[in-house]
Amino acid sequence: MLIAVLASLAAGVIGTYIVVKRMSLIAGSIAHTAFGGLGISYYFHANPLIGAVVFSLAASSSVAFFRKKARNRLDTLLSALWATGMAVGLVFMFLTPGYATDLFSYLFGNILLVSTVDLIMIVVLDLVIIIAVLLMFNPFLAVAFDEEYAEVRNLPVLVVDLILLGLIALTVVTIIRVVGIVLMIALLTMPAAVAQLFHKTVKGMMLTSSLITLFATISGLFLSYLINFSPGPIIVLIIAVIYISSILAAQVRNTRRMKRMRAR
Amino acid sequence: MNTHKEIIRIQDLSFSYDGRPFLEEINLCIYSDDFLGIIGPNGGGKTTLLKLILGILKPDSGVIEVFDKSPREGRAQIGYLSQFVDIDFDFPITAREVVLLSRLAGRLIKRYSQADKTAAEDALRQMKIWDLRNRKLNQLSGGEKQRVFVARALANRPRLLLLDEPMSNIDIHVQEAFYEILSDLHRSIAIVVVDHNLDMLSRYVKEVACINKCDSHGLRYHGIDSLEMKRICEA
Repeated sequence: MLIAVLASLAAGVIGTYIVVKRMSLIAGSIAHTAFGGLGISYYFHANPLIGAVVFSLAASSSVAFFRKKARNRLDTLLSALWATGMAVGLVFMFLTPGYATDLFSYLFGNILLVSTVDLIMIVVLDLVIIIAVLLMFNPFLAVAFDEEYAEVRNLPVLVVDLILLGLIALTVVTIIRVVGIVLMIALLTMPAAVAQLFHKTVKGMMLTSSLITLFATISGLFLSYLINFSPGPIIVLIIAVIYISSILAAQVRNTRRMKRMRAR
Repeated sequence: MNTHKEIIRIQDLSFSYDGRPFLEEINLCIYSDDFLGIIGPNGGGKTTLLKLILGILKPDSGVIEVFDKSPREGRAQIGYLSQFVDIDFDFPITAREVVLLSRLAGRLIKRYSQADKTAAEDALRQMKIWDLRNRKLNQLSGGEKQRVFVARALANRPRLLLLDEPMSNIDIHVQEAFYEILSDLHRSIAIVVVDHNLDMLSRYVKEVACINKCDSHGLRYHGIDSLEMKRICEA
């Protein structure tokens, strides 16, 4: 389905930055904060994704500012966002009559419930993400690689950070329907981590992690259809299997390399 | 050929960390033909001084002029090598890409031009690592990595190189080769090196300055051949 392709692309591309800059905790807290906005929109019978976008962008912007001005307090901020976002979302959901199945689908995903409006939103978000990455690939690389040096070279690091974190926020929203808030950290980290084992360029990592995500999403959907189960957890389990086997394969490869080097 | 022009002027510079005074009334001038070494005890303020020149830190009082401008405006003409490069060396990036990143110079939407690629190539060749340009950072030795970072500093064709402890964790023979390259570069660029190894430093640099925090004399200055102390800024 189209959502699978779009979400996989965004997840693969942005997931690469998350893994390479070790921002998985940041990604997780943005995701859980989005749930707050989701709940509020839901309560007011608006499209939940709108609330999710607003809250996740607010979270990503505050992370960017904290990283610049109060880096040693970032950790606490992340925990605060994580838990508060969830609490807010849950409160508003409980206040809405008849929430139960929807709650499950937001937390753990249900790609089959996507509406046309959602689809259009996700297409737009995806376009924004892809275009931004294409245009700003080099500044992103500079800030991800060596932030202090980028600042000395007069790159507006705060702006780049705001944009990159904003893209993470948008990616979070595109993935909500696929695996839900709680599980999406898997999509944002494991495929890129696998790609890192086998690729030595950022572009290569992006391509491979997108493909892995796509494979997992599509096969997860088929499997879940066959066994009549929610797709979200199945997709994540497939990714987990890929991840574990890749780590093992890389270990074997490294051990063989060490043996060959010692034999010389 | 380097003329003798003042390029950095520091007057009565004071700086404190969290309310604790750290540098007091530092006076220093750097000239376009300088090959200056800076030594001093650890934590004594050498890195702080460089960061103040680069505008990464702001002084409490005093004047810093970089190429007749403020540090943030003038630093585009400085090439910088920091002491601790706070990066993940497993990052998927090649030597050439690292050097090219220096050419971004503040623009958000940027493709590398031919001039950028030429400048990067020149820098890599100057540091004698052109053959290593497509190697990933984690495939390079310590000395080779340092050359990549110096090449990065050279990529924007600076008029001054600020190198903060470029020789830590590098063995003596590699250090010599390194300083030979620096001597070569000195023909067209002013160089300031912070280093512990006074022995190696004194063989190559023209002058050495000693900095120690809250020393009542501020920045002490020694000419290599004499033990006189003199103020560096000419009237």
